Amino acid sequence: MSISITVHLNGKTVSAQVQASTSLVEFLREHQRLTGTHVGCDTAQCGACTVLVDGKAMKSCNMLAVQADGLSITTIEGLAAADGSLHPMQSAFRDCHGLQCGFCTPGMVMSALDLVTHHDHSSEQKIREHLEGNLCRCTGYQNIVRAVQQGAQAMAQSA
Amino acid sequence: MNAPTAGFIGKAVLRREDHRFLTGNGQYTDDIVHQGQTYAVFVRSPHAHAKLLKVDTEAARAAAGVVGVFTGEDFVNVGGLPCGWLITSVDGTPMKEPKHPLLAHGKVRHVGDQVAVVIAETLAQAKAAASLVDVDYEVLPAYVDPAAEAGSVPVHDEAPDNLCYTWALGDKAAIDATFASAAHVTKLEYRNNRLIPNAIEPRAANAIYNRSDDSYTLHVANQNPHVERLLMAAFVLGIPEHKLRVVAPDVGGGFGSKIFLYAEETVLVWASKQVNRPIKWTAERSEAFLTDAHGRDHVTVAEMAADQNGKFLAMRVHTRANLGAYLSTFASSVPTILYATLLAGQYTTPQIFCEVKGVFTNTAPVDAYRGAGRPEATYVVERLVETVAKEMGIDPAEIRRRNFIRSFPYATPVGLTYDTGDYEVHLARALEKADVAGFAARKQASADRGLLRGLGYSCYIEACGLAPSNIAGALGARAGLFEAGEVRVHPTGKVTVYTGSHSHGQGHETTFAQVVADRLGIPMEDVDIVHGDTGKVLFGMGTYGSRSLSVGGTAIVKAVDKVIAKGKKIAAHLLEAADGDIEFEGGNFKVAGTDKSLPFAQIALTAYVPHNYPLDKLEPGLNENAFYDPTNFTYPSGSYICEVEVDPDTGVVKVDRFTAVDDFGNVVNPMIVEGQVHGGLAQGIGQALLEHGVYDHDSGQLLSGSYMDYAMPRADDLPHFEVETVKGTPCTHNPLGVKGCGEAGAIGSPAALINALCDALWSLGVKDLDMPASPHNVWKAIQHAKA
Repeated sequence: MSISITVHLNGKTVSAQVQASTSLVEFLREHQRLTGTHVGCDTAQCGACTVLVDGKAMKSCNMLAVQADGLSITTIEGLAAADGSLHPMQSAFRDCHGLQCGFCTPGMVMSALDLVTHHDHSSEQKIREHLEGNLCRCTGYQNIVRAVQQGAQAMAQSA
Repeated sequence: MNAPTAGFIGKAVLRREDHRFLTGNGQYTDDIVHQGQTYAVFVRSPHAHAKLLKVDTEAARAAAGVVGVFTGEDFVNVGGLPCGWLITSVDGTPMKEPKHPLLAHGKVRHVGDQVAVVIAETLAQAKAAASLVDVDYEVLPAYVDPAAEAGSVPVHDEAPDNLCYTWALGDKAAIDATFASAAHVTKLEYRNNRLIPNAIEPRAANAIYNRSDDSYTLHVANQNPHVERLLMAAFVLGIPEHKLRVVAPDVGGGFGSKIFLYAEETVLVWASKQVNRPIKWTAERSEAFLTDAHGRDHVTVAEMAADQNGKFLAMRVHTRANLGAYLSTFASSVPTILYATLLAGQYTTPQIFCEVKGVFTNTAPVDAYRGAGRPEATYVVERLVETVAKEMGIDPAEIRRRNFIRSFPYATPVGLTYDTGDYEVHLARALEKADVAGFAARKQASADRGLLRGLGYSCYIEACGLAPSNIAGALGARAGLFEAGEVRVHPTGKVTVYTGSHSHGQGHETTFAQVVADRLGIPMEDVDIVHGDTGKVLFGMGTYGSRSLSVGGTAIVKAVDKVIAKGKKIAAHLLEAADGDIEFEGGNFKVAGTDKSLPFAQIALTAYVPHNYPLDKLEPGLNENAFYDPTNFTYPSGSYICEVEVDPDTGVVKVDRFTAVDDFGNVVNPMIVEGQVHGGLAQGIGQALLEHGVYDHDSGQLLSGSYMDYAMPRADDLPHFEVETVKGTPCTHNPLGVKGCGEAGAIGSPAALINALCDALWSLGVKDLDMPASPHNVWKAIQHAKA
C-alpha cells in the first residue's frame, strides 16, 4: 500500500507516494536520487546515512519515510550555497583533510552540524564522544576532530 | 594553489576530489542505476561446512518479479576463481589449489558461502524470492582454528590434512645450532588476531550486457580494475578482454579487501548475458563480514637468540596461517613472500629461519589487509626485540641501536636488499618527540593514582611496491608488477593523465597532478588525472602495497619525460637549434645559453597544428605512455613509541600517547601523507586494542559478524597521534625518491602498543598477551600472572 507524504527536502517541498516499509534513506537515495547519503551497515551503527531531520541528526536507515511526513530534511546535497560555495563545515573538512575515501563524509558532516548546533563541543574529548555514532575507516578521526573545531569556529563567526 | 609555475612537490595542496565528496556528488557503485536495472540477492550457507543435498529453486523462479535464478549447477563448466601466486612446498610440490567455485557445488565450506543467486525487478522482490530457495544441507564438522588439530572432515578432498602448503625460508640446521649455543633465547607463542577489513562502503557491483556487440560493462568497488578484468575475462568466464570493460568509480575505502576477484561480481557479469538485463548487487554489512576476505590470523611460535651483549644471532619462526575456505586472489603469498622476507626488520640478525604452514579452514578466505604480511612480520620482530631487551635488562632503544643496519645497500638473510635508510634518525627524533625522558615521572604520577603506565617501541621496516616482475615471477607470482601511465597533451597545452593506479581515498587526483604540473612547469589546474576505467586507461595493476606513487607515479613521470623529449625536438625545429641544445625549465623550452624560448603550450599547439613541423622526422601529436617495472622494493621505515595507562583492577587500557616518526623518502603532499599515517595507526591500534574476527569453534559461526559485535575503532577509542615525517633517505631507484606511506601506520603500531602494555604489566609478571588487549584479556592476563 502506498502512502502519500510531503517533506521539506533541502529547502524544497516534495510530495511522493511511498510504501509503508520504505526507509527514509531508501526514499532519499532511490526515490529522490540524492545519493550523497550512504548506507554502510544494517544495524544503525556506522552513521554514513546521517541526515538532519528538523535540524537534528538522524540515521536515515533507522527511520521510515512516512515518519518524515511534514518534517524538514537536510541532506549533504542541501548544504552548499546555490552558487556552489561550500558551507563552513564542508570547507573545514576540506581544509583539515578530514576525509579520504569520502564515503562516511556526508554522515560525518551532518553529525558535526548537529554537534556544533546543539551540543557541547568545547573540547576534543567532547567532540570525539559525540562522533561515536559515525564510523570512519580512513582518517583515524584526528583530522575530523580538527575539522569540527574549525567548522564550529567559522560558523560562530559567520552567525 | 594558484601559483602558475612549478614547485608543487612537497606542498600540502588541498585535495581536488574533496568538493564532490563533500557535496554528495561522489559516484560510488551503488549510486549507479541503469535503465532496466535488476537486483541480485545471494542465497548463502548458514552452515560452516555441509554437503549440499538439494538446491530447489522452483518456488523462487515462480515468485513475483524474478528474472533469473542460478545455482552451482549452472557453473559446473565455468572456471573457479584463480589464485595469483603459486607457493611451492619444501618438498617441491605445488600448493594445493582446490577449485573456488562461483556458486557452491556439492559442498559449502564457510558460513556465507554463496549457494544461489536470485535476480529480480526490485531488491525487495529478490530478497523475497531468495527466501524461497529450498536448500537441504547435511552438516559436517567445522574446522576454524589453525591452532587446533585438523578437522575430521577435510575442507577440501585435495588437502586431506587441510594443508595448502608447508613453505620455509632459511637454513634450519645451522640456525638450530646457533640457538643451541646462544647466551640468551627469548621465545614467544601467540596469535596474530584475525581482522575484518570493513571499508565503510560495502562491496558492490553492477553488470550490464550489450547484445549488439556482445560486450559487458562492470562497475565494481575495486582497487585494480584491469587486474579484475584480466582475471575474470581470461581465467574464469572466457570473455575476450576487449569485450569486458571494468569501471571502478569512486570507491569507499579498500584496505586490501577490494583487490580481489570475488564470486559475486563474476556471477553478475555472467548472468547479465543470461537475463539480458543490468544486474546490481550491493553487500549488506552482514554479508561483508561473512564474505569480504579477512586479514592476519596467524598462530606463531617465534624465537630470538642473542649473545651476552644483546646482539641478535638468529631468529626462528613457525607460523600456521589461516587461509580460510578457499584461496583468495593473493592469499598464498601474504603469509609467505610478504611475511618471511620482512623478518630482518631494521636489524643485522644474520640467520633467520621461517616455516609457514598454510591451513584451509571453514572460515571466510583470508588475504591481504592493510600491510599484508608485513604487520605480522613486524609484530614478530618487534615483540621479540623488546622482550629480549627486557629479559636481558637492556634499554629497548639501546638494544635496537646495537643491532641497527647502518650501511646500505644491505642484503638481508631473507632475500631483500634494502637500498637506503637511516634508522637512528627517526629513533632519536621519536625519543625526543615522545618525551621518553619524562616517562619516569609520568609513570610515578600514574602509580600515585593506582594505575600502571608502560612505554613500548616498534621500529618497523616495510617493503612497498612489490617488484620486479621477473623476480616475483620466479617466486611464484602469476602477474606482472609494473604500472602504466599515459600523458595526453591537448592542443592548448592542457594535460589529461591516465594512470593504472586507483584512488579509493588516497588522493591521487591531487598528488599525481602535483607531480605532473611540477615536472611540466604548468598550473595544477591544467592537469587532470583519470583512473579506474579499463575503457579509458591503457593498462594498470592498481593500488595495493603502498605502490601507487612509487610505481604508478614513476610510470607517469616516464611518460611526462617522453613528452618533454618530443617537445624538445619540436622546439629545436621552431627555434632552429640542434635537439641537444634545447633545455626544458619552468615550463619553457629554451636554447641553452640564449634567451630564445617557447612555452609548453605553444609546443603542444604546434604538435597538433603541424604546419611548421619536421613531419619527415617526427609524428604529429603529443601523447605518450609508459610502463614502469621497478628494479627493487622501496623500504620505508620508522620508529613508533606508545605510552599506555592500565587500570589493573579492570584491565582497561588507555593509549595516552602515540608518537610515529617515519622516513618515507621524499614527500609530495605532506598533508595527505600525514592522513595516511593517521589511518594506518587507527587500524593498527584497532588490531592491538579492539578488533577481533571470532568464529565459534564448534559451529563455525562468525560471532563478530556486525558492528554490534566487532569493535571498530571509534573517535573516542583513539588517542591524538603525534606524527612526523623526517627529512629522510630518498629511495635510490625511482625518479621521485618516494617510498610509499599507506600501510606504515598499520604495520608499526600493534607491536608498539602491546610492548607498552607488557612494560606496564611486567612487574606483575605478565610477559605476553594476545591481541586485542580488551579489558577482559588484560584482566585475565593479570589474574593468570597472579595465580
